[in-house]
Amino acid sequence: MEKDMSKDMNKDIAANRKREKIEAVAKAWFLINASVAIICVAAITFFVFYKGLQPFFTGNHEGTYSFIKFITGLEWDYSDNPEVALYGVLYMIIGSIVATLGAIVIGVPISVLTAVFIAEIAPEPVKKIVKPAVELLAGIPSILYGVFGLGIIVPWIRDISPKAQGQSLFAVMIVLTIMILPTIITITENAIRVVPNSFREGSYGLGASKIQTIFKVILPAAKSGIITGVVLGIGRAIGETMAVILVAGNPQGGIPTSIWEPIRPLTTNIALEMSYAFGMHQEMLFSTGVVLFVFIIVINLILARAKAKISEQ
Amino acid sequence: MKNFKILLALVIVLSLVGITGCSTDDTTGDTLNTTPEAATGDTMSSGVVTGSGSTSVEKIALATMDEFMALNPNVDATYEGIGSSGGVKNADEGTTEFGAASRKLKDEEKSWGMTEVVIAYDGIAVIVHPSNTAMNDITMDQILGIFKGEITDWSEVGGTAGPIVVVSREDGSGTRGAFEEIVGFEDELSSDAINAEGNGNVQVTVATNESAIGYVSFTYIDDTVKPLLVEGVEATVGNVLNDTFPISRPFIMMYHEENMSDTALAYIDFILSPEGQEIVEEEGGIPVN
Repeated sequence: MEKDMSKDMNKDIAANRKREKIEAVAKAWFLINASVAIICVAAITFFVFYKGLQPFFTGNHEGTYSFIKFITGLEWDYSDNPEVALYGVLYMIIGSIVATLGAIVIGVPISVLTAVFIAEIAPEPVKKIVKPAVELLAGIPSILYGVFGLGIIVPWIRDISPKAQGQSLFAVMIVLTIMILPTIITITENAIRVVPNSFREGSYGLGASKIQTIFKVILPAAKSGIITGVVLGIGRAIGETMAVILVAGNPQGGIPTSIWEPIRPLTTNIALEMSYAFGMHQEMLFSTGVVLFVFIIVINLILARAKAKISEQ
Repeated sequence: MKNFKILLALVIVLSLVGITGCSTDDTTGDTLNTTPEAATGDTMSSGVVTGSGSTSVEKIALATMDEFMALNPNVDATYEGIGSSGGVKNADEGTTEFGAASRKLKDEEKSWGMTEVVIAYDGIAVIVHPSNTAMNDITMDQILGIFKGEITDWSEVGGTAGPIVVVSREDGSGTRGAFEEIVGFEDELSSDAINAEGNGNVQVTVATNESAIGYVSFTYIDDTVKPLLVEGVEATVGNVLNDTFPISRPFIMMYHEENMSDTALAYIDFILSPEGQEIVEEEGGIPVN
């Protein structure tokens, strides 16, 4: 009898040990998985900054370049001869920012109105067409946007432009506008959906019309979500490469003075030349990457602050 | 419970795939890190062939090396595309056994006394939109003026009045380097010029713009663009071989005899063999014989 009991106890202890082991292994496995993203971010950040900041310090193996000349330069012209090589990115920074702003100015109203339409106005059958269309737009690979831009938008712009070529700031804006639509629409629509029904009922109860309710009650209540969508849209637009490389024109210098002029965004500068670059030239392309990285960090900080501020209210 | 276990197994398997996926990404990151020094190997040991130089020659060099290694399994051959000037320097200093250039050697480089072997030729055609019927012929001076931005209207070179849209390859491209050098406007490209990535992109850009002018390797000429006669000479393989088409260049491999292993010499012989020349042609070069 006693023997049987101790046997059972031993069995229980063994089972417990086994369970603890499995628990520990599982815990470690979760931790490893959770670390992957952090390690990747840390590695990329370190790599880009390490390579990209080297040319600005004296004693660099590949040669040095003035940071002031880099950040204020209006021409990017690589040369085998380091004396005449120019690595200026100011005109690219301006091009990237203006193109992104343009896409936001055109894209946000379209997106917000589309989201309102899907969430509040559209009858069920229409919604069943519009919503999947928006989702499909998000899934199209960016290079296809570029091919579409080069084949359709660029020739169209050439017809209406005072200039002889269609590769332009305007072409970049249009392509980016189309690309950020799904991001902003989806997030805005979700934000509208979570606005409590009591808000709508209260508004109607006070005698407001549907349109008044949408603009005076629902959209202000969904503000946080809309801003998140816009900031994510900015992030997507500024980082987009493959779609804009085909329609931007990528000139070697010059600040765009009209929407008909070509631009060279920061992203395409890296993509265009990285495959050939080595030594100093390659490091300067990483420096371009650092500028881009700083932009993305700033955008994320703004997003975090905007969210915090709105949740305070 | 059973469903949960299946789900858990699925998550674990997927996460494994994710981690291995991440580690392959890391290796591609490493290749970005390659500098000319990376090509420095044990150059004298037999069975190893090292070369470096022009990015335009890279495709031909890698394809011929692949075939050479398939025929001689004990050979390990590497080529690094770092640009013609770097390749000539590496060959002279013995950093790599041989160098490769997609242009004629400069006088200074010739004075280093290396053996030069022409392995292929390449021609660069100047192309316009097919509807640009007024333009058929162009001189080297006119090309120079257009690409430097001094000539901006087609009427200045005998075409129908209208702005010229200049399309160039991206900076660092071997084709662009050769074109700028042969025409004579190194580092002086008009800042209004459109920079397109790759021969195919230049071709499409010119094919969709009636005002455009661009340049591409011969292999990219088709019905959608019109190659111009340069100095009255048509852009054909025959005219490159008889040295009348002005915008052509040799692909050269050069080396100091004393740096070359028997294996490396055998590799150079292989490129010049009928089999090697067939690969040259497949990779877009014009065979030497």
